[in-house]
Amino acid sequence: MKVAIASGKGGTGKTFLSTNLAAYMSESIPTVLIDLDVEEPNSGLFIKGELLYSEPAYKQCPDWDKQNCLMCGKCQSLCNYHAVIKVKDEIFVFPELCHSCYACSELCQTDSLPMKKKRIGSITHYKFNRLDYVEGRLDIGQEQAVPLISQTNDFPAKHLQNVISICDCPPGTACPAIESVKDADLVILTTEPTPFGLHDLKLIVKSLIILKKKFAVVVNKWGVGNDDVLKYCESKNITVVAKIPNDRRIAEEYSMGNLVYDNFGLFRTELDKIKNYILNSGGKK
Amino acid sequence: MIIAFTTKGEDWDAVIDPRFGRTEFLVILDEESGKLEAFDNSGVSEHAHGAGPMTAQLIIEKNVQILITGNGAGGNAARVLEAAGIKSFTGAGDMTVKQAYEAYKNNKLN
Repeated sequence: MKVAIASGKGGTGKTFLSTNLAAYMSESIPTVLIDLDVEEPNSGLFIKGELLYSEPAYKQCPDWDKQNCLMCGKCQSLCNYHAVIKVKDEIFVFPELCHSCYACSELCQTDSLPMKKKRIGSITHYKFNRLDYVEGRLDIGQEQAVPLISQTNDFPAKHLQNVISICDCPPGTACPAIESVKDADLVILTTEPTPFGLHDLKLIVKSLIILKKKFAVVVNKWGVGNDDVLKYCESKNITVVAKIPNDRRIAEEYSMGNLVYDNFGLFRTELDKIKNYILNSGGKK
Repeated sequence: MIIAFTTKGEDWDAVIDPRFGRTEFLVILDEESGKLEAFDNSGVSEHAHGAGPMTAQLIIEKNVQILITGNGAGGNAARVLEAAGIKSFTGAGDMTVKQAYEAYKNNKLN
């Protein structure tokens, strides 16, 4: 069963919840934590595991072969992303802009744009006690997270055998966030009880409704802000699974790269509610 | 010469848009005929990426030889412009088209 930990707003505790929840669950159930925030993967700051395996990740991009090119310009007019541009007697390809749709390559009459693989990042598998941890990491300078998110998301199913996957997702509602929740059986939305938290929560809720995803909310930093998030969830019939108390000592432990569920009883109680909610929802959509 | 200005408006008094790829308008001057023509480039705002090459493409289609702008084109667009043999002049960020054209003729742009 795949559980995506997402949020509209950044900084609401996706990584905090993902790392603690995954480590906690792995004590009783075979669990893998997948860091899908490939532009800035940071679950590894808390899950300091042993490196087991690492592989480069690639995407397919056209590579201009000028020998038979008729300079017809069809490739340029086909590309929605301006990744292929004809300038005088030369075809420019911008791999960072290419979405690997193959249109220019497939429709070129002279096969002058064969697809070639280009490295975009890496996928690494670590082991931390009983927890498997898989991290996607985009190379510096790469602009497109989506192909790597997709490959990282698929990695555990191909190489590992776990009952539960916990995915630490990128924030927002743009392509990387959508790609990260696409395969999830359940999405847990972390939010904070503030006007910003609520504003961005509404955005991701709208997106998940369109995607027909089963989702629930965890309120983090409970105690700051106001009750508007709870009122909103009640009015929309959204389950609030847990409320994690705002506690300076938790923040201090977290800032030092430590998992905190062992030391904070109140937090562990909330974590337990989330674990039970996940297990009881059992993969139903 | 055919000269393109990145602008926020459509005439000689329009202010230069310092951005290249995401410029609101392109004002193109044909020095020979003295004709000034404006093109709306606001469609690029729908594209999260690739604005630079997209605007460069438009400039190439219009047979532009000289580009006058504010900050200069970014990496992707700069490569395209260079290959097309278009010369770029920057530093006209807070001028009007008229002032930028004068500055260009007096070699005051970078």
